[in-house]
Amino acid sequence: MLKDITIGQYFPGNTIIHRLDPRTKLILVVVYIAALFTAREWLSYGVMLLVTCAIVAVSRISVRTLTRGMKPLVFIICFTGVLNLFYTTGGTTLFDWWIFHVTTEGVKRAVMMVVRILMLISGTFLLTYTTSPMALTDGLELLLNPLKKIHVPIHEMSMVMSMALRFIPTLIEETDKIMSAQRARGADFETGKLLERAKALLPLLVPLFVSAFRRADELAIAMESRCYHGGEGRTRMKQLRMAGRDWLALFSGAALLALIIVMNVYGL
Amino acid sequence: MPKQPIIEIEDLHFTYPGDSAETLRGLNLSIEEGSFAAVLGHNGSGKSTLAKLLNAILLPTSGKIYVCGRDTSDEEHLLDLRRSIGLVFQNPDNQIVANVVEDDVAFAPENLGVEPQEIRRRVDEALKTVGMYEYRLHAPHLLSGGQKQRVAIAGALAMQPRVLVLDEPTAMLDPLGRREVISTVTRLCREQGMTVVLITHHMSECVGADRLIALSDGTVTADGTPREVFSQVELLRGEGLTAPATVRLLYALRKAGFDVPLDALSVDECADAVAGLLRRAGRL
Repeated sequence: MLKDITIGQYFPGNTIIHRLDPRTKLILVVVYIAALFTAREWLSYGVMLLVTCAIVAVSRISVRTLTRGMKPLVFIICFTGVLNLFYTTGGTTLFDWWIFHVTTEGVKRAVMMVVRILMLISGTFLLTYTTSPMALTDGLELLLNPLKKIHVPIHEMSMVMSMALRFIPTLIEETDKIMSAQRARGADFETGKLLERAKALLPLLVPLFVSAFRRADELAIAMESRCYHGGEGRTRMKQLRMAGRDWLALFSGAALLALIIVMNVYGL
Repeated sequence: MPKQPIIEIEDLHFTYPGDSAETLRGLNLSIEEGSFAAVLGHNGSGKSTLAKLLNAILLPTSGKIYVCGRDTSDEEHLLDLRRSIGLVFQNPDNQIVANVVEDDVAFAPENLGVEPQEIRRRVDEALKTVGMYEYRLHAPHLLSGGQKQRVAIAGALAMQPRVLVLDEPTAMLDPLGRREVISTVTRLCREQGMTVVLITHHMSECVGADRLIALSDGTVTADGTPREVFSQVELLRGEGLTAPATVRLLYALRKAGFDVPLDALSVDECADAVAGLLRRAGRL
C-alpha cells in the first residue's frame, strides 16, 4: 500500500525532459495548468491530451508509474465526476429519476472534468518524476529570488521543501516498519469499518510523529555541523544554466497557451 | 618533534539546562594532531555530549575547549571552528540532506561558499577517499547502512576539516557495515594524517586506535594505549564495559592460573598466546 505513494519521487533518467532546466520545467507546468483551465471544448482538450501524451512518451516515464501515483486520488476524481454528472443543467435530458437528472451537458462536463484532473495530475507528477528534488527547489529558489527583496524567506522555504522531499522515502520506510511491528502484535489495519480503521492508525501515527521530531532535531544538528547558516553566501556545485533547448521549450509552451486561448475565443 | 595538540579540553563541566546532575564533570584532555583516539563509554557516560561540545553545538557550562587553538565559545569564528572539525553521527538517515549522494557531499562546501569547480573537485575526492565514487549518482536511501555512513564521512571530509569526530558511527550498522566504517576511518588517519576521534561503546573498534580514553559518569576513568586500558579488565567491568573477547579469554585463563599476557588484542595475537601456552605445557 505505502509502496504506491510516488508523489514527490524522482526517477532518474537522461531524456530531454530530464535535462531541461528546472526553472524551465516549473514555468512550463504553470503554463500547462493555465492552458488546461483555458481549454473548454473537445478540440482544445484533444490538443492538450495529445501534448500530455507526447511529453509522457518522451520522458520515458511508464504509464504504470503514472497511474500508480494516481491511485490515492481515485476517490476525489470519481467524486468530482459524479458531482458534475448530476449537477450540470442544460442539453437534452438522458435520465431522470427522483433528484437525479442526467443531461448530455452533464455527461460532457463530467468527462471533461475527469480528463482535466487526470492531465493536471500527470503534468505535475511529470515535473517531480523527471526533476531531482534538489534541482527543483534550486530552480524554485532562483525563480522566486526577486521576492527576497521584500523579505520573503525564499531560501528557507526552498530548504524546508527539499528536506520534506528528502524525508518522504525515509518516513515511508519507517511507517512500513512500525506497521509490521504492530501487525506482529496483532494490530489490524485492513478490516473493519472506516472509523475502526482510522482508530487502528492512531498507534501508528504517534510513534511516527515522535520519531519525525527526533529526526528533525538530529538533522538540524547535522546541518549545523556542516556549516549550514542560512542562504547567505551559499554557492552551488551544480550551476543552473539555460540552454537552447530550454528557450525552445519555453517558446513551445507559450505557443501552446496562445493556441488554446485562440481556440477558446473561437469556441473550439 | 613533539606533535601539537589539536584539541585541548581544560576542566570542562557541562550540565544540560534543567538537569540537576552534571553530564561532564571536570574533563581534562588533549588530543594530538594526526592521532587516532577512541573515546569509550557506556550510555549516559557523556560521550555524545562531548562530541557536540567539540564543534560548539553545545557550549561548556564552565571550562574551555580549544580546537585548532580556537576557543569553541568564540561566536565570531563559529564557522571557522565548524569547518575545521567534521562530525559524523549515529543515524546515517538523519544526517544525509540530499536525494543524491554527490549533492549531499556537496552540502558543506556549498554552505561555505566554495567555488563550484572546487566543490566538484572536493566532492569527487571525498567520495573516492571513502570508496563511494561509483555510487555518486545513487539515492542515499537505497544504500546499505555502511555505505550511507561512508557517504556521511565523505560529507564531513568535503569541508576539508583537520579533525574528524565520529559519534557512535556504527551503532546502527550490521557487522559488515561496521567493519567498512572502521577500516575507512583507520585508513583516513594512517594514510592521510587525519586526526580521528572515534566515540563508541564497542571495545573491538578501539583496538586500532593510538589512544583509548574511557569515559564514565562524565569523567575520564582510564587513558592510555588500548593495550594498557584493556588489560585493566576489573576496572572496565566496574564501568559496565566489556573488554574484547580476546582479552576476556586471556583474563579467564590467567585467573585459572595460566601464565598468559593480557594485552594480546587481535585474534591472531591471542591465538599465538594460547598456542604458546599449550606448547609450553607440551601438548602441541
